[in-house]
Amino acid sequence: MTLSTLMPVFALMTSLLASVIIFALPENSHWLRTVINLTAAGLKMALVGVMIWGVAQGREYEIAFTMIPGVEFVLRADALSMLFAGLSALLWLLTTIYAVGYLEDSPNRSRFFGFFSLCVASTMGIALAGNLFTFFLFYEMLTLSTYPLVVHRGTEKALRAGRNYAIYTLTGGAVLLLAIAWLHGLAGDLRFQEGGHFAGVDPSLHTPLIIIFVLLITGLGVKAALVPLHGWLPQAMVAPAPVSALLHAVAVVKAGAFGIVRVVFEVYGLEAANDLGLLTGLGMVAAFTIIYGSTRALYQVDLKRLLAFSTVSQVSYIVLGVCLFGSVGVAGGLVHLVHQGIMKITLFFCAGNYAETLGVHRIDELDGAGKRMPGTSVAFTLGAFGMIGAPPLAGFITKWTMGTGALAAGMDWVVVVLVISSLLNAAYFLPILHRLWFAEQQQCWPLERRWGQLETSAWLFLPPLITAVLIVLVGLLANMPFSPLSWAELIVAREVAL
Amino acid sequence: MTPWLMTGLLFTPLAWAVLTLLVDFSNGRVVTCLGILVQVLVSLGLWAAVARDGGFHYLLGGWQAPLGIELRVDGLAVTFVLLTALVAAACGWHASIYLDPTKSWHRYFWPLFWFLWAGLNVVWLGGDLFNLYVGLELISLAAVGLVALGGQADALRAAIRYLMAALLGSLAYLLGVALIYGQFGTLSLAGVTGLLNDGGVQAGQAFPLVLMLLGLALKTALFPMHGWLPPAHGIAKSPVSALLSALVVKASFYIAARLWLELGEHLSGYALAQLIGALGGIAVTWGGWLAFRQLKLKQMVAYSTVAQIGYLFLLFPLTWGVTDAISQQAQQGITLQVISHALAKAAMFLAAGNLIMSVGSNRVGALAGVSRFLPFSLFSFGLAGVSLMGLPPTGGFAAKWLLLQASLASGQWWWLAVLLAGGLLSAACVFRVYRASFIDNTDTDRFFHPPKSLEVIPMLLALLSLGLGLVAEPVLSVMAVPFEAGRSQ
Repeated sequence: MTLSTLMPVFALMTSLLASVIIFALPENSHWLRTVINLTAAGLKMALVGVMIWGVAQGREYEIAFTMIPGVEFVLRADALSMLFAGLSALLWLLTTIYAVGYLEDSPNRSRFFGFFSLCVASTMGIALAGNLFTFFLFYEMLTLSTYPLVVHRGTEKALRAGRNYAIYTLTGGAVLLLAIAWLHGLAGDLRFQEGGHFAGVDPSLHTPLIIIFVLLITGLGVKAALVPLHGWLPQAMVAPAPVSALLHAVAVVKAGAFGIVRVVFEVYGLEAANDLGLLTGLGMVAAFTIIYGSTRALYQVDLKRLLAFSTVSQVSYIVLGVCLFGSVGVAGGLVHLVHQGIMKITLFFCAGNYAETLGVHRIDELDGAGKRMPGTSVAFTLGAFGMIGAPPLAGFITKWTMGTGALAAGMDWVVVVLVISSLLNAAYFLPILHRLWFAEQQQCWPLERRWGQLETSAWLFLPPLITAVLIVLVGLLANMPFSPLSWAELIVAREVAL
Repeated sequence: MTPWLMTGLLFTPLAWAVLTLLVDFSNGRVVTCLGILVQVLVSLGLWAAVARDGGFHYLLGGWQAPLGIELRVDGLAVTFVLLTALVAAACGWHASIYLDPTKSWHRYFWPLFWFLWAGLNVVWLGGDLFNLYVGLELISLAAVGLVALGGQADALRAAIRYLMAALLGSLAYLLGVALIYGQFGTLSLAGVTGLLNDGGVQAGQAFPLVLMLLGLALKTALFPMHGWLPPAHGIAKSPVSALLSALVVKASFYIAARLWLELGEHLSGYALAQLIGALGGIAVTWGGWLAFRQLKLKQMVAYSTVAQIGYLFLLFPLTWGVTDAISQQAQQGITLQVISHALAKAAMFLAAGNLIMSVGSNRVGALAGVSRFLPFSLFSFGLAGVSLMGLPPTGGFAAKWLLLQASLASGQWWWLAVLLAGGLLSAACVFRVYRASFIDNTDTDRFFHPPKSLEVIPMLLALLSLGLGLVAEPVLSVMAVPFEAGRSQ
């Protein structure tokens, strides 16, 4: 048992232990809790950083033991898991900072941060899972640990959203379990493996494999909010802003999308999935989801609800990218896992700032908010332009890579989808930007609070600024080593030899 | 050493039962704890001995069959002995704090508790059909007494109903035993199997086996014979409910399973196996639905027992006419289900008892605000719930996984629906409790806070049930230690 096998365990344990300690702390020891939270988050960043460095050198960190006869529990750090783990570690730190400020003076903070850490531990587990079984284990743990966060406020609306969330995700989990168990019965315990397992598989297995694939995607699609399984997501935005931020950017929807990536790349294998005719179908669903989510976003009056529908649309870029049968396009999809996370978390942070500082929830109340809160509004603007795909921001990199990839793969219709989606993005984001910067303030803010010199509390102010800077940086420095794009290309180089 | 341990397991609880019956230890926590400690240590000792040396066979006092008392222990039996020790110790510890020592009925709890424990050990270790009957009766009578404890009209009514069901079940079982004895001339389970395997005796009709299974199914509360269970388990004092749901119903199931695995292949057919499985499947869904509809917390937990017991009966179809590998997988799954349900349900009943004590009402709706002011007990309840839902990494999940695999491998895909639907129904119940407890309608803490040790016990049980999933492999490997006929002392 060397240090390198234990690295994934340590990375998991930082947030798991933090969670246990936080649950044990009394409700009113706020400072100690904050210190523990931030220390654990910082420690995790360092651990993930070391592993990223190691994986880039070609090292692998793996630990496994038999849990149930015939089934192994595997934690493993490879290039793909580091993409998700890195995102999750980084955004955990920022969201924790944000949440400390956001929940100041509110009750039940011990419960909140306990489950919050548990939720991050689950995403870490999902990232590091080395086979479908382990993945499922953390996937369900994520469901359970996010439920208390969704219903945190304890209002009728929050409880209803929580109920729907539970129904959707637990049913999805049951479908996923069925698929995993079936696949296990058919092919044994399958480790995630670069290139997948089913290249040139016996034709007699084609039908069950196709059915299992559909079941897997259905189970994962609930969390990834693929239409028509997305119903829970817009409702779940009733949760506190840091939760929404985490849910939409890292935890839940990404877990689903990441699972789809794992299934296509490392269980079936890109080529096998294409041979079985599965990629086209999945791509169609993703394309439809992209257009549908953006269209629904156009009609929203509530800012967070608009962002929720935008998430439905944006997460499917990842899925669509995976279906592009070619190395460039696939990299575009993968990099969006990170890009969408950074952009969406910025937008949710900003929405939370408007709500907490000005009491603004509706889009038509935002008139003139840019003058009152310039820092937050700049961050929001960068996030919105990123989503639209304006160069040189993160979203542009995604769309450009995916577009060129689609053309190279001869899937021209994808470019049409990208263009329509970008137009729709512009159509719902630009009016908001117009209100922020160019409209005059019509009425007093619904519920204004003041924090000294800054436009809002420093805890709330800094995280969106940092992520906004990141949006610019990952775009500008896309070709540097260790940028998300370079890392995605590294993964693709290892995954597929197309 | 092992024979001493085995006899110790039977005689320690009997000795303590008599002691507590004769002497009124009005503040006898020390005596109780001493007895529990002895039992737990002896159980652990036997477990370690079997894990190291293998199964054992022992004739009490050296009397030969068919007169003597035949004890035998294998990996499975010793696992249940240890499980009983853990759960009974937790419930006993809980009861010693929870029950009000000033009440007149308090002193009767302990003799009944010890008789129950003795009866359970007789069932796990008994080697012949008649001893098993004696163990069953001991359990039933002690359990009925425990339900009646306190003596309110409701409790007495439930206890009488329970008594009727238990007696009827015993009668059917005894009749079956008599028929078997008439046919084979032996009561030893190993003896009957031996005769059947040799082919020396014609494998007659299935009637005696069906009769015995029917009686045992009634005692295990298999649908549609479950009517007696929810009132009895719902109304009993919480530590009693925990004992009943966790252990008592498992004893009759254990005998049914042993009978089935030894005699089923010879004496029954596909239709019977499927029928029993179907009843189990209906129990899972119908019991789960009824649990969801209950307004009272403990009734809900009790109906959930009806549902969880349903899973156990999938053993019958999944071990009949399948390959050894599949049969073993199914047996492992069922055993894990027995263990994890015992731990989780005991935790859930104890936690529910604490919650009821705190809010002063048995209604689920009364739990509003609990999440804020009593998070610990709610957390225990929730963790136990996760195991009952069969979500990873709990023991319940490991069990479900093995059963899914066995169903798939044997081509009996219809049980998949039962397994998945059952999980969702359990989830619906547990989430109903969460939902009620997350309602935030008060800023003041108007709840009674139970002593810390009462809160810790269910948490420990729930954590055990959770951890079982992570260490399922080593636990199963001890369970697989066979009973070796050659080794006896």
